[in-house]
Amino acid sequence: MNDDLKTLTIERIHQGLLARRFSAVELTREALRAAEAENEKYGAFLHFCPERALAAAEQVDRRMAQGEPLGALAGAPVAVKDVIVTKGVKTTCASRLLEHYVPPYDATAVIRLEGAGGIILGKTNCDEFAMGSSTENSAFYPVRNPAAPDRVPGGSSGGSAAAVGAGLAVVALGSDTGGSIRQPASFCGVVGVLPTYGRVSRYGLVAFASSLDHIGPFGRTVKDAAVMLGVIAGRDPADSTSAEAPVPVYAAELDGKVAGFRVGVPREYFGPGLDGEVGSRIQRGLEVLRRLGCEIRKVSLPHTDYAIASYYIICTAEASSNLARYDGVRYTIRSEEAPTLIDMYRQTRGRGFGAEVKRRIILGTYVLSAGYYDAYYLKAQKVRALVARDFTDAFSAVDVIITPVSPFPPFKLGEKASDPLEMYLSDIYTITGSLAGICGVSVPCGQTAAGLPIGMQMLANHFEEGRLLRLAHAFEQAGGFQV
Amino acid sequence: MKITEKEVRYVADLANLALTEEEIQRYRSDLDEILAYAEKLNEVDTSRVEPMAQVLYEGDAAAVERVDQVAAGVSSDLALANAPQSGAGQFKVPKVFDR
Repeated sequence: MNDDLKTLTIERIHQGLLARRFSAVELTREALRAAEAENEKYGAFLHFCPERALAAAEQVDRRMAQGEPLGALAGAPVAVKDVIVTKGVKTTCASRLLEHYVPPYDATAVIRLEGAGGIILGKTNCDEFAMGSSTENSAFYPVRNPAAPDRVPGGSSGGSAAAVGAGLAVVALGSDTGGSIRQPASFCGVVGVLPTYGRVSRYGLVAFASSLDHIGPFGRTVKDAAVMLGVIAGRDPADSTSAEAPVPVYAAELDGKVAGFRVGVPREYFGPGLDGEVGSRIQRGLEVLRRLGCEIRKVSLPHTDYAIASYYIICTAEASSNLARYDGVRYTIRSEEAPTLIDMYRQTRGRGFGAEVKRRIILGTYVLSAGYYDAYYLKAQKVRALVARDFTDAFSAVDVIITPVSPFPPFKLGEKASDPLEMYLSDIYTITGSLAGICGVSVPCGQTAAGLPIGMQMLANHFEEGRLLRLAHAFEQAGGFQV
Repeated sequence: MKITEKEVRYVADLANLALTEEEIQRYRSDLDEILAYAEKLNEVDTSRVEPMAQVLYEGDAAAVERVDQVAAGVSSDLALANAPQSGAGQFKVPKVFDR
């Protein structure tokens, strides 16, 4: 095979298959070989599923031989975050507690991507139960940033972002609750999409915080991410929160005009705490958008400063409830020496969960407990409404909002691991959009002088993914990724 | 101090989490810091704000309903396959009552 895996796109795979330069099975064998060989360097994957991958590839080749049209993802090597269930393939959530768990069903997003000819190579590393911003909370091993191996890839979907960034997969699925797709995309120099809440079915996504959880795609190009989103989006009877709204052909909307787009820049996102190099690259990125004919306007999102406190109360409350199911009865691991049922629950959970997961369960249980519910949980939900209203107001004046993704470039492994609150505070620019349930994308926006990737966040109102991805694509075509 | 050691023990009990003494100390101090930070929410006047529990859209009231049809589910063998202990088509747990 002459095609370089690291620069392949969905479209080039399509062309390669049609021109018979390679078969889906040949491409899959090569992709598996390369990913397995290089994984030691990055730790991006937790495990591979070669049998499932080759069976899916054979199916693509068989269909082509029968003259059937190729699916939108035909032959594309895909990495799937290990919080998304795969039938017959281990799904660990990077937790000791689910180390041996083999789900009896597939997530809807998994069924859809394989239905479109996508080839799942394996499952990717992440923070345990998607709780973290650096992937250092994986119970198994950390992930190294492909752009700087001594640094974190971001989190919690760090393995998916690193797999795409390192060229071990062409596209990937991640999950985003407070920034877990956008922030690792920015750290690894790839594109990551937060779809509108309800746009993509959550069926088969292991629940962390149900009112905030999303599945979304990673790609090296906006187009690849857009194609992947189009495949996984849409109503699913198995998820009652999935939206009825029709799914546009996102890839077909990319080439429209962006001149005249009203682009808002919220002043609350460019204050103290923002790294100077990150800020100056975002300003250069804004210049690119201006040259494309966008009209740059100042906007205000006045409740930004309260978003982190609101988010960490709501997400931990929901997590404490969602994680109650891991009790040693159904999910493979049980503390055997406990004499009574209640001790069995307590010891299984105490030993099975990692430090950050336990911290969040305790915080979440506390804010829901009698006497504190109104002061913390209800208050946080009210502030969430105000954060969401900020966006509603801003989107009456602008089409898209531009912000940094992370206040700083990728940091060193271990550098921030000792202070949980400091790690929480680093989610400031991504959490607001999560609370509002709007859509967003992180696109590469140059590098620091030391060569560390920087990401720009573009946010748009509910179900405006088409417009959002069109702007992201125009930015990419105008050289914005390399400003 | 926002949270006491006793409260951490109480909450861990509610959450069915066995913690070591070291963990109790550490989480008390972590939560203290986080809850002190969360105090800033009190700066916001929310007296006229409805709590937001879910991202909701204008939609057909019947949007979440489905046709009530019998469909194949997961077989009990498959459902039990991940159980640490099972038998006779059931999940097994340590005994709850003495006979």
